This record gives sequence, C-alpha cells and structure tokens, in this order.
Amino acid sequence: MDTPVKIDIKDLNLFIGKNHILKDINVTIPEKKITVLLGQSGCGKTTLLKSMNRLIDLNNQVRVSGSITIDNEDILHTRKDITKIRKKMGLLSQRPYPLPMNIYNNIAFGLRISGRKNRINLDKRVERYLRQAHLWDEAKDRLRDSASSLSIGQQQRLCLARGLAVDPVIILADEPTSALDPISSMAIEQMFTELKQSYTIVLVTHILQQALRVADYVIFMYLGEVIEQGPAHEVFTNPKNVVTRQFIQGNFS
Amino acid sequence: MTDRRIRIIEEGFFRVLMFFSTSAIVMVLLLIIISILVKGLPSLSWEMISQTPRGGFYFGKEGGILNAIIGSLYLAGGSTLLAFAVSLPVALFMNVHLVKKVKLVNTVRFLLDLLWGIPSIVYGAFGFTVMVYLGLRTSLLAGIITVTLFIIPIMIRAMDEIMKTVPRGLLEATYSLGSTRSETAYRVFFRQCFSGIITAILLAFGRGIGDAASVLFTTGYTDRIPTSLSQPTATLPLSIFFQLSSPIKEVQNRAYASALILTIIILIISVLARVFERRYFKHKINF
Repeated sequence: MDTPVKIDIKDLNLFIGKNHILKDINVTIPEKKITVLLGQSGCGKTTLLKSMNRLIDLNNQVRVSGSITIDNEDILHTRKDITKIRKKMGLLSQRPYPLPMNIYNNIAFGLRISGRKNRINLDKRVERYLRQAHLWDEAKDRLRDSASSLSIGQQQRLCLARGLAVDPVIILADEPTSALDPISSMAIEQMFTELKQSYTIVLVTHILQQALRVADYVIFMYLGEVIEQGPAHEVFTNPKNVVTRQFIQGNFS
Repeated sequence: MTDRRIRIIEEGFFRVLMFFSTSAIVMVLLLIIISILVKGLPSLSWEMISQTPRGGFYFGKEGGILNAIIGSLYLAGGSTLLAFAVSLPVALFMNVHLVKKVKLVNTVRFLLDLLWGIPSIVYGAFGFTVMVYLGLRTSLLAGIITVTLFIIPIMIRAMDEIMKTVPRGLLEATYSLGSTRSETAYRVFFRQCFSGIITAILLAFGRGIGDAASVLFTTGYTDRIPTSLSQPTATLPLSIFFQLSSPIKEVQNRAYASALILTIIILIISVLARVFERRYFKHKINF
C-alpha cells in the first residue's frame, strides 16, 4: 500500500463469554481513505469497529488480545485517558442517536465537555459543522428546537456534525444508512467522499452497491475472520477468495 | 372447531376480561373519591385548613388540622429531598457506571425490591430503635429519616426502570464524543430520563405523605405547628386515623375532609411537577 497506515490491527482476538467473535484479525487501514468493512450480518464487522474506539469495553465478559495501533499508540493497552482516544474518532451508528437536547446543544455538548465554552466560538463552530454536514440551511432557524423534531435523515446528519465537532481524525460509521431512505443515504455517502480529504473513514456495510460506490479499500469478513483485504478495484474485479467472489457476484445465500 | 373460531373466541374472551377488570378498577377509584367527597366536602371549611386544633377539636368543636397539613408537608418534603439526593446518584451509577456488571446490578435490584416490600411499620420500628439508641425523642427529624429510608428503594427502582429503557446506542454515542461516565450520567441520562425521574419523585412523595405506620412511633403527634426539627410533628394520615376512630359523627366526617385535603395536596404537587417538566425539560428523544 502506498498511502500511510492510520490504524494497524495485529493478531486481534476477541471473546464475549465463550463465543470467539473475532479470530486472528490482521488488517491495516490507510489514512484519508474510505475503508469498507464488508460482510454478512453477524460476521463481526460491528464488533471490530467498536474495538477501535473501545466501545466494546461496555460489554460484559469481554476478553481481548492482540493490538490496535493508532498513531503509534496501542489503544488496547494504553494507560492514557480513554476519553481522549474516543475523541479521536467520530461514531455514526446504525440509526441516529441524537442527545436529548436542542439542535445547537447537540453540537455544543462535545465542545463544552472538552472545555471550549466561549460563546462566540461555540456559535461559529456549531455553524461550521452544521454546514459541513449539509444541515445548516434546514436547521439554522430552529437551533433551539429539540433534536427529535428533525427527520431521521436530518438526525443522522446532525450526529455526523456532532461527531466532527470534537475534531476527530477518524470517522467510524456502522451501517449509517440502514435506517435512512435512499435520498438521505446518498447524501451521507456523498458527504463521506467529501470528508475523506481530511478524515480516515471506516465504513461498515452489508450493502455491496454502497461498497462499490464509495470504497477505496475493502476488508471482507466472514464468520469472525478477515478473508480478504486490499484496494477496492482489486478485490471487486479479481477476488481471490471463493466466498468473496460469491458475495460480489451476488449468489450468496 | 376450526383454528379461526378458536382465535375469535379467545379474542372475545380477553376483550370481555379486560373490560371488566378495567371497569372494576375505575369503579373502585370512583367510589373512593365519591365517598371522600360526599362525607368530606360538607365538613371542609376554611377553618379546617387555616387553624390548628383548639380545645375540644376532637369532640367536634372548633379548630382545624393546619398542624397536620404543615407537618405532613415538612415531613414528606424533607424526606423526598433527602431521598432524591441519595436515589438519583445510585440509579445513575447502576445504569451508567455499572453497565458491565450485569450480575451485581441485578442483585442490587433484587435487594431493593425486597426493601420495597417491607411494610412501613417495620421501618417505623427500626427508626424507633435507632432513636432510642441515639437518645432522640419523637421528632420531625426522626420522622424524616425514617420516611427517607422507606421511600429510597421506591425512588431508586422507579428511576432505575426508566433508565433501563435508555438504548445502548445513546450511551455509545455519548462516550464516542469523549465524555466521561459522570458526564454521560448527569448530562445525558438525566435529561433523557427526566420525566421518569419526576414520576419516581412523585411516587415516593405520595408514599411518604400518605404513610401512617412509619411516623407513628417516630414523629409522634401534636396540636402545634413544629418550629424546629427536634419537635414532635402531626401528620395527615395520623390525623385521619385519630379522627376516624372517634365515636362522634362530626369528627369522623372531618376525617374524610382531611383525606380530601391530602388528596388535593398530592394532586396539586403532581400538576406542578408536570408543568415544571414541560417547561424546562422538553428534549426527550423517543427512540
């Protein structure tokens, strides 16, 4: 790979109770590209994604071994404040989870807890990130309304803006369009292609078409293992693994 | 009989069952309210709520139950406040900080449910033992402490049930913005669960103000309005009890008037709390 590596995962094994969820994962994720994690439901994509910002910590009975290195730091075995690691990564989940506050505060929350409380600055940054998520025109006259008054598609863009506001370097997206209509989905995809200028994006999806549209680099997972990875055009045009080939040709049952 | 017919009969049976159980509950509630109104309303007077008992009040002469109204408000208000100060952190801790310790939290829930089930007279007896040990007399303070102890499990579990419904995704979203567990608890969970927290407070307040057994030994009874925490204090449930056990018809009717006052107090507080909730916390997300 010619681009610098942003996330380097080595020998990652993850168990929840007695279930071996992730098996010997070795992947590299390039900087400022869209890396798509592709595979069936239940193959461990989401778990792998949530390992990267240590949200798996919230699960009962999790055991992890191996390493996940981001910016020369093993985030699984660091003594550094976990909140600092998580702030490096914006998360977009399967359906939007806006905070129970008004639209303005949804963006300002992350800024306030990291100590940026200056009112004028906050106003500016809220506008900037709402614009970046293409939500400003729809939301500028109702910043004091509840986030729940927005449509689902708008809420997902709000969640993206909220994530961007804390200055992440990586965006983790877990099937971010699965609850959205086709038009909102396209809007999110288009935003991702704009955002990869400045962010490393990891996108989990089970929709092959979506992967074909946006992926620069593909990691294909099957039953907890990575069975193929590489630049998108190589994997899609000339898959080496049988399962990958079946999936791409659409005769996957 | 065909499958379809069985399903229709089943549907009909449960519909009738639900109709009767619902109407039974509504009827009982109406009967209680009507009997309080019919018996209490004629005896309800400005004198009842603006004066303390005078000599001969308990024989049907002049005076009112202001002592018990004020006493009950002090007692229930004080203990609700104290219980809230304990319950909110505990409920948040159980649902945010201990999100991984499923077994521990379930054990705590089980123990709280046990505490909820213990009759309030036992709390009264316990409070009394502690008082004797500490050399306290029957007093407002002793009552507040006892009632606090007995409404804490109710408040925590009521809050906890609401916080359990907060989706995991909201927790993850908040953490991924870099917030600490306490920020997640007090800035996000608290807001999302606000209406449930108000319900929990009202539930606990209602239990506290309406309970006679826990205050019987601990708060005592007096015809005067308390001016300090160390004085014995009258409460509405005991006031109702004393008046109702009188052989004099007039005094008995006043007991119903007192019950009416108690009901109205709870009604007013509930409405005020809901107005406050709509006014200040309207951003709950319906997931």
